Amino acid sequence: MVWLNALVIFALAVACAVPLAAYMEGVFNGSPTPLTPLLSPCENAVYRLCGVDPNEEMPWNRYALAALATTFCGTGLLYAVLRTQYWLPLNPQHFANFSPELAFNTALSFSTTTDWQFYSGENAASYLSQMTGLAWQNFAAGAIGIAAGVAVIRGFARERSGTLGNFWVDFVRALFYVLVPLSVASGLLLVATGVPQNFDPYLTVSNVEGFIQAITGGPMASQEAISLVGGNGGGFVGANTSSPNLNPNGLSNLIEMVAIWVVPAAFPLLFGRMVRNRAAGYALIAAMIAVAAIGAGAAQTAEHAGNPHVHALGIAGGNMEGKEVRFGVPGSGLSLSVASNSGTGASNFAYDSLTPVGGLVALVNMQLGEVVFGGDGSGLYGMLTFAVLTVFIAGLLVGRTPEYLGKKIEGREVQYAMIAALVFPSIILIAVAIAIVLPAGLATLSNGGPHGFTEVLYAFTSVAANNGSAFGGLGPNTFYQVATALVMMGGRFLVMIPTLALAGSLGERPINRLGAGTFRTDNATFVVLLIAVVVLFGALTFLPADSLGPIAEHVLLWQRPPAP
Amino acid sequence: MIRHMGVALRMTVVTVVLLGLIYPLAMTGIAQLAFPHQANGSLVMVGGKAVGSELIGQLWTRPQYFQGRPSAAGSKGYDPTATGGTNLGPSSKKLIDATRTTIAALKKANPNATVPIPMDLVTSSASGIDPDISPEAAYYQAPRVAAARRLPLATIDALVARHVQGRELGFLGEPRVNVLQLNLALDALR
Repeated sequence: MVWLNALVIFALAVACAVPLAAYMEGVFNGSPTPLTPLLSPCENAVYRLCGVDPNEEMPWNRYALAALATTFCGTGLLYAVLRTQYWLPLNPQHFANFSPELAFNTALSFSTTTDWQFYSGENAASYLSQMTGLAWQNFAAGAIGIAAGVAVIRGFARERSGTLGNFWVDFVRALFYVLVPLSVASGLLLVATGVPQNFDPYLTVSNVEGFIQAITGGPMASQEAISLVGGNGGGFVGANTSSPNLNPNGLSNLIEMVAIWVVPAAFPLLFGRMVRNRAAGYALIAAMIAVAAIGAGAAQTAEHAGNPHVHALGIAGGNMEGKEVRFGVPGSGLSLSVASNSGTGASNFAYDSLTPVGGLVALVNMQLGEVVFGGDGSGLYGMLTFAVLTVFIAGLLVGRTPEYLGKKIEGREVQYAMIAALVFPSIILIAVAIAIVLPAGLATLSNGGPHGFTEVLYAFTSVAANNGSAFGGLGPNTFYQVATALVMMGGRFLVMIPTLALAGSLGERPINRLGAGTFRTDNATFVVLLIAVVVLFGALTFLPADSLGPIAEHVLLWQRPPAP
Repeated sequence: MIRHMGVALRMTVVTVVLLGLIYPLAMTGIAQLAFPHQANGSLVMVGGKAVGSELIGQLWTRPQYFQGRPSAAGSKGYDPTATGGTNLGPSSKKLIDATRTTIAALKKANPNATVPIPMDLVTSSASGIDPDISPEAAYYQAPRVAAARRLPLATIDALVARHVQGRELGFLGEPRVNVLQLNLALDALR
C-alpha cells in the first residue's frame, strides 16, 4: 500500500508538472496562454500602477537588486503588521503584538520562503496578520524564487546576451499566472476535503462529559494552498499540516503533497524546454527522483522498525509518537520525503519524535542543498550549480574543456558555482559551532545527548536551506531568533546572487555546436555523475556533524538496553 | 536602486490589496457557498447545539466512553489553541517514563481487554488534537465500555465495526475510528 501511495504521489506530481512546464514556458516567454485574455488586463494595470516598463531588459546585477528591493519592502511590511496587529482589524481573539525579536525572525523567515515559526498561529497571529502579512508574503517570496529560477534558466538559454529578463514582469507573471491559479484550485479542493475557510471567532463547545474546548477557525484553506504551492510551508496553526484542520484525511494529504511538489517538479522540465534540449531537463528530474526515492525507502524502513525502548515495554508496532492515526507510519514517512525534499518543510508529523534514521533522512535531504525538487525556482538553480560543477569535474577527469549545453564553463563560472555551493554548508556549520559553545544556544533544548545536538544542527540546516521544518523541541530565545534569521538570509541570497551572476556570465557566452568530443549532459552517465557530485558534496561536508547527532543516537538507541 | 525601491514599494501595496485581501475574501465567499459545512469547521450538532468538530479530538475520561490518544496540546490536552506533540525524541527518558505510566493506567482501566494494547494508544499525536484512534484501539477498549454500560460486548464490537472509516479511494490514509462520533453513537444506543 505504501509503495502504491509513493508511486501515485511521484506520478501525479510529474503528470501535473508536464503541462505546467509547457504553460510556464509560454507565460515567461510572453506568448499567449489560455489565461492571458483573463489576466493580461490585470497584469497591465499592475505595471501602470507601479511604474514598470515591461519591455526593459535587466543584466543580472540589476535583476538581483530588484529582487532584494522587493524582499526588503515585503519584510518591512510584514514586520510592521506583526508589531501592530493588536490595534488592527480582523483580530477576533485579541492577540497581542509580536515582540521585536519574534517579528524580526518571522518577517525574514517568511520573506525568504523559510517559514520557520517560533510562534503558533492559533494563539499568536490575528486573521489580518495571517492573510495580509504571512499568506501575502508566501505569494511574494514564492514568486521571487520562481522569477530568479526563470532568470537563471535564461542565462543558459540565451547567447551573447547581457540581460536575463525583467524582474518585475517575471515577478508579476509568477504571481498572477502561476501561483494564483494553483492556489485557487488547490485551496478549493482542500475546503472540499474539510479545511475551514471563515472569519469567525473561535467557537467554545462543551461535550457530553463537560469538557470545554475552543474550536479554532480562520481563512485556513486559502493560506494553506499558497503556503504549499509557493514552496513556503508556514502553517496557519502550530501543528502545521499534522493538524486535522489543515489536513483532514488521506485525500487532503495527497492533494497537499502534490501541491508541494508541482512547481519544483515543473522547473527542470521548464529548463529543458527553454534551453531547447528537453532531454537535459529529463536528466535533471531523473536525478531528483532517484535521490528522493532512496531517502524515502530509508525513512519508511526506520519508522516501521519503531522504537526499541517502547517495544521493551510490551507494545508492538512502528513509531507512532508524533504521528496521526489517519496517516499512520506509511503516510507520515511519505510526508517526510516530500516535505524535506521541498522548500516547504510542511509535514503531517512531528520531526522531533522521529526515529534517529528518519530524522537523518530529513536532515540529509536538506543538507544536499535542497536541490532535490527543492524550493520554487531555487531548487532548480541550486541543481544547476551542481550540474556546472559536475561537468567541470568530469572535464578534469577526462581532460576536456568543460561544456554544459554548448556553453564553455571557465574559471569565472566555476568560481560563482563554488561560492553558491560552499556558502550553504559554511553558514550551517559555523552557526552550529557557535550555538553549542554558548549557554544561550543550549538553554532552550528539550532533549539531551545526541538528540539535543540534532535539534541544533537541524535548526540551522533547515533555515539555511530555507526549508523551515523544525525539531519542535528547540524553544525560542533571543539568540535563536536572531541567529536563525541571519542564517535564513544567508541561505537565500548568498546562494541566489552568485547563481544569478553565474547565469549572467553564461548568457554572454556563445552556444557551441555539439561536437564528437562533447561530454553529453542528457544521458544516464551524466545523471549518475550528477547524483554522485550532489551526494558526495553533501555527505563529505556534513558526515562529521551527522555522526555526532542522529547517527550516534541510532547506535545508542539500538545497543543500550532501555533504562529500568 | 532608488528607482527599484519606488517600484518595489508600489508593488508591495498593490499585491497586498489583490493577494492579501481580495484573494482570501473571494476564497471565503466561494467556500461558504459551495462547502458551508466544511468551511465552518465540520461541526457536530446535537439537538441544534455544537458539541465539537468531526476534525478535532476531545478529552474523554469516563469509562463508558471511548478515549482518544494521549495529547500534548495544552496543559490538559486536546486544546486546539495550543496544537503540537510532545517533541520528545525516541531515546528520551521522559518519553519512556510517560509511556510506562500510560500503559499501567490502560491496564488498570481495561482489565478485561481481549487484544493487546495498540501502539497509537500509548503515543501522543503530532497535533495533540487527533480525532481518531485505530480500530484495534477501539476493540481494546470495547470490553470496558460494555461493562460500564451493562451491554453485551458483541453490541459494542458491532458498533465499532460500523464506525471504522476505510482508506480514502481505497488506498489513501489508514483505517480509523472517529472517537467523538463513536461516543455519540454509544449514547444513541440507549
